[in-house]
Amino acid sequence: MMRTNKSARAAQYVALAAYLVFLAFPFLWLISTAFKPAQELGSLHPTWIPKDPTLDNFRQAFDEQPLLRAAGNSLIAALSAALIAVVIATPMAYVMARHRNRVAKAATGWVVISQAFPFVLIIIPLFLILKNLHLINSLLGLIMVYVVWSLPFALWMLVGYVRAVPTELEEAAAVDGASKVRTFVSVVAPLLAPGIVATAMFAFITAWNEFFFALVLLKTPEKQTLPVILNRFIGTEGVADLGPLAAAAFLATIPSLVIFAIIQKRITGGMLAGAVKA
Amino acid sequence: MTLATATKRSARGKPGRGVADHGAWFLVLPALIPILVLSVGPLLYGIALAFTDSQSGRTEPTQWVGALNFQDLLHDTLFWDSFRIGLLWAFGVTVPQFFLALGLALLLNQPLRMRWLARALAIIPWAMPEVVVGIMWRLVYHPDAGVLNQTLSNLGLGDGKDWLTGTATALFAVIVVGIWAGMPQTTVALLAGLQNTPRELHEAAAMDGAGAWRRFRTVTWPAIKPIALAITALNFIWNFNSFALVYVLTQGGPGGRTRLPMLFAYEEAFRYGQFGYAAAMGCVMVAVISVILAVYLVGRLKGGDEA
Repeated sequence: MMRTNKSARAAQYVALAAYLVFLAFPFLWLISTAFKPAQELGSLHPTWIPKDPTLDNFRQAFDEQPLLRAAGNSLIAALSAALIAVVIATPMAYVMARHRNRVAKAATGWVVISQAFPFVLIIIPLFLILKNLHLINSLLGLIMVYVVWSLPFALWMLVGYVRAVPTELEEAAAVDGASKVRTFVSVVAPLLAPGIVATAMFAFITAWNEFFFALVLLKTPEKQTLPVILNRFIGTEGVADLGPLAAAAFLATIPSLVIFAIIQKRITGGMLAGAVKA
Repeated sequence: MTLATATKRSARGKPGRGVADHGAWFLVLPALIPILVLSVGPLLYGIALAFTDSQSGRTEPTQWVGALNFQDLLHDTLFWDSFRIGLLWAFGVTVPQFFLALGLALLLNQPLRMRWLARALAIIPWAMPEVVVGIMWRLVYHPDAGVLNQTLSNLGLGDGKDWLTGTATALFAVIVVGIWAGMPQTTVALLAGLQNTPRELHEAAAMDGAGAWRRFRTVTWPAIKPIALAITALNFIWNFNSFALVYVLTQGGPGGRTRLPMLFAYEEAFRYGQFGYAAAMGCVMVAVISVILAVYLVGRLKGGDEA
């Protein structure tokens, strides 16, 4: 640090500024477009700051597509998937972290391998299975898929959190004659609470943002989730629609941005704990 | 009391080693059943479908056709075009992204002002739905209303292009978006690795008169190498298998110039109803990815021996 001279420091600031521009400009352009009136969007010399900012695009976006309905669908799917995922993943993560038996090993292997699946290989059979169960175009079918889809990362994060809990308390509980399940429920799970909340939030964002499964499994606009409805805006493209498209896209990002800001540090920690020890 | 503890412990054995602990099953089953039914099962079913003539909406029963789908795939130049595009895209995104992310991580590890802002911004693409990222960049690339052409013409660098619809520029344009969208995960992972690097080593190396590059090569790189290799391998696989971003940006156009294998397989399965054929494509993708993964794992194990 003492050896870093002034010109090197200046170069670092220039580089940092370049990164800031690269990272920020698409997002700023989205916001700018969302607040521009139609005639400004049609202008041949677009500006960064809307001269005449308006909320019309937001109003028009809600008129053009069932955005509220879609947000509701997304909320139901993401919330259910996140809750179910952590409820079933936490005990399994506990066993994976504390045991070295065959099930734990196989589960760890599955977590790693599942990252390499091309989803098309899994979506065709799932589509056929869900069709036979009459669960196509149903949020229930989508939620089932989302639960399993978010499990690998949830398990990965949770195993990291379990490993951070000292084993002494569990040994004490075992000495007192508590069963495995009892030890897990009353000793380990409460200590894991912050990690479980972070994992649930991450699973929520993943499902809220998901597009491919929703595109394949949901057929009618009344059932479709926000990303699929957003994609329908593009289908009806034309210069006049850029504003509402930007407005809707901007709104769809806000929930995940807020949640991400809250859990950002924990995700990094969980990821690392999983990655380093896996 | 000590005796009791000892007995209890030996009764439990080494943690989990071959002990018939039914409690553990209770804890595992709630997740294991959905995994088997909705992930492992469908995966095997999908592989089986690759050897059938399964189609959507057909009345005759599905039949085994052996390796016929794979034989057809071998001669399907459109598929191999998309495969080549998939590899180009995966390399084109993963490699520059790694170096950009490494640079950003090194900067964020320095005591610079505005570092918090860069950290916050670096997270945004991660939290955004891929569909929104795609829409956002369509707005940036828009021929008339987009900021890119406007900026270029302001700088006197020509009067702009139809980036996403031009055959020469489309793949390049989507690769830039891919780099942007995946920067955060890579940066955060590398930054975490940097922060685990012992500071004393750095200082010792500096005292010995090692320059910045030598310090990076001898201290920093060995410390972050495992994470760097892991994140690069994962990025490559994720990119090769990606769908939403490019689907929203170009739908695979113009003229298939950005048709990644996943987009091709999706169309084959859900537009033309060729389930068996699309499943065979999925199998080929898995096979290639497995080879890459195996090469990487061998490399990582060897690297581990050196360290």
